[in-house]
Amino acid sequence: MTKSVILKKTELNHFIEALARSAAVVAPIAKGVKSFAFEEVRDGKTLSLKYIPTILPPKKYFMPQREKIQEFDRKAFRWTPVKENGFEKLVIFGVHTCDLSGIQFLNQVMGEDPKDVNYLARMEKITVIGLECNDYCDSYASCAVMKTHLPSGGYDLFFTELAGSFFVDVATPKGEAIVKGTGLFKDAGEVEKKEFENLRAKKEKIFRQEVKPANENLKGIFARSFRSEVWDDLDRRCVACGNCTNVCPTCYCFDIRDEMDLNLTTGARTRVWDSCQNEEFAKVAGGENFRGKRGARQRHRYMRKFNYPVDRFQRYSCTGCGRCSRTCMAKINLKETIDTLAEALS
Amino acid sequence: MTQSLLDSPYVVKAGKILNTKEMTNLEKYFAIELPGQEDLAHDPGQFVMVSLPGVGEAPISVSSSPTKKGSFELVVRRAGSVTGAMHKLGAGDTVGIRGPFGRGFPTKMLEGFDLLFIGGGCGNIPLHSLITFVLDNRSRFGKINILLGCKTPETRLFVDELTQWEQRSDIFVDSTVDQAGPGWKGKVGLITSLIPGVKIDPKRTYAVIVGPPIMYKFVIQELLKREIPDSQIVVSLERHMKCGVGKCGHCQIAQYYCCQDGPVFTYNEIRNNYEAL
Repeated sequence: MTKSVILKKTELNHFIEALARSAAVVAPIAKGVKSFAFEEVRDGKTLSLKYIPTILPPKKYFMPQREKIQEFDRKAFRWTPVKENGFEKLVIFGVHTCDLSGIQFLNQVMGEDPKDVNYLARMEKITVIGLECNDYCDSYASCAVMKTHLPSGGYDLFFTELAGSFFVDVATPKGEAIVKGTGLFKDAGEVEKKEFENLRAKKEKIFRQEVKPANENLKGIFARSFRSEVWDDLDRRCVACGNCTNVCPTCYCFDIRDEMDLNLTTGARTRVWDSCQNEEFAKVAGGENFRGKRGARQRHRYMRKFNYPVDRFQRYSCTGCGRCSRTCMAKINLKETIDTLAEALS
Repeated sequence: MTQSLLDSPYVVKAGKILNTKEMTNLEKYFAIELPGQEDLAHDPGQFVMVSLPGVGEAPISVSSSPTKKGSFELVVRRAGSVTGAMHKLGAGDTVGIRGPFGRGFPTKMLEGFDLLFIGGGCGNIPLHSLITFVLDNRSRFGKINILLGCKTPETRLFVDELTQWEQRSDIFVDSTVDQAGPGWKGKVGLITSLIPGVKIDPKRTYAVIVGPPIMYKFVIQELLKREIPDSQIVVSLERHMKCGVGKCGHCQIAQYYCCQDGPVFTYNEIRNNYEAL
C-alpha cells in the first residue's frame, strides 16, 4: 500500500477544510504557555504544526475520561449495553510518533480477548494522520531510546514537513481515500524525496539515546529493581495526585461507576479514568491495601511501562513522550529514574 | 470488524434471588437463578460480579459447587456499599450478574491426590465451593482433611454442614476459633495450631488455602515444614476486581491480573512475586 505523495504547505488550510466537510477534525491547538491540546478545528489556520506533546494524549478520543457503557432501569431490572455517539467520523490530525505508538499499544490491549467493544467501536470511526517531529520537543522526551522518534505504523497518513510541502506516506485504504477525495495531493518528485531523505539523515544525528541504558536493557533493569531504594525516594516525593497516569498515552486503568437519574429509576453505568497512584486503587472492602505506599504505587506505574508489558504484549508501553515528567508537581523525572536504577545495579 | 454490543464483557444478566439466610451478623446467604435457569457453568474458586443498579458492582466468590444445577449460591460479607445494599434484599428480588470470571481451583490436577483444605474467615466461602465439589465426586480424590478457622464462634460459616462433615468417617475435619465465647467447647487458637495434628503424605497431598492475607504467610510456612511441594500448595488471593476481564487494573498483582490469571494461584507461581503475599 505504502506510497508517497506531496501536499503543498499553502494547501494545508484547504486540506483541513476538505476533511472537516465529512468528519469532525481535531488537531493540536496552542493553549497558553507551553501547553497544547487536541481540539476540533474547521480549517488549518488555528492548528499548531510545532507543538510539544499535548496536555492529554489522543487516547481521550479512543477512551474518553467518562464514557457511558450501560443504561439500567432498576424497577424493570434491565441493563442495556450502550455505545455513546460522540462522533460519526473523526480525523485526528498531527499525531506525533510517540502518540502513534501509544495508540498502537491501546489498540493491542483493548483488542485482546475479552475485547473491549466500546473502545473498538470508537477506534473504527477514527482516522489517524501522523506528523513527524523534525527536532526534539523539549528535554523531557525520551523517544529515541524508546524508538518512537520515527514512525512505525499506527497511522492512515503520515505527514513530514519539508521546506515548502508535506511529504506524505499513504499507509491504508482510509488514507488513500482521503488523498483521492480531496484532490490536493500530487506524487512526490525526486526533489522532495531527496529533501525527505536528508531530513531523516539529520534526525539520526539529533535524536540520541536520552538515558544511559540501551532500549534492550530496560526490561532487565526494571525486572531486577523491585527492591531498589529508588522507590523509597519516590515514596517521599510523590504526592499521589495521579497526573502522571492521566496524561500517559498508554495508561488505561479505569473505574466503573453507577449514576442514577433524578427519577431514581433509571441511570447509567460509566467507565471513568482511574489512577493506580490513588491510595484507594488497590484497596479491598475489608480494608487491606495491597499498594498502600506511594513508592509501591510509583514502582507499579514504572513496572507497567518497562517490565510487565514486555511479557504480556512483547513491547514497552512507555512511548518516551515525557508527559509524566513534564506534568509532575514533585519533579519525578522518568529519565532520572531510569538512570538512577541503572546506576544502582552497575 | 464491528463487534456487537452483546459481545461486551459488561453485559449483565438479571439474577433472581430464590432464598436467603442470615449466616452470621456479617454474612448472608443467597441462592440465585439466572434467566431460563441457565447454568452459571463455573469452576469452584471462580467469582461473579454482582450488580445493584445505582449502587455499583462488587466481585463475589461463588460458594456452591458446579454440581448443583439450576441455581448457584453466594455468601456475602457486608463490607462496602454494594454488599451493604445486597444485605437488604430477599427472595424475589433481583441482582445483576456478570461472569463467572477468573481461573478457579485446578480440580483436574487435584484428582487422585490427598487433599488438605485450610480455610480462614470468609476464605471459607470460595473453599466451600471446592469442598462440596470434591465431596460430590468423592471417589476421584484421596484422603480429605479439612481445617477451618475463624475469629469467634459467632462468625463460623456453614455450621450445619460442618457438623455433618464431622460425622463422616471418610473425611477428617478439625476447626478452631481465635477467641472463644460463652459456651464454646471447641478448640481455641490460630489455624496454624491445627496443622501439626493432620496426618499427611506430603508427596501425594495438595494443600488448598483460602483466607485473609495475613494467614497465608504463616500457613504456608507450616506446610513447607511438612514438606508439601510448592507446586502442590494452592491459594486464592483477594483483590478488588472492577472489570473482571483484565483491563481496569485494580486487581493487578505485579504482572498478573488477579481476575483473569487468578484468583487461584499455586505457590510456585507467586513465591517470588513481591506483591502477592
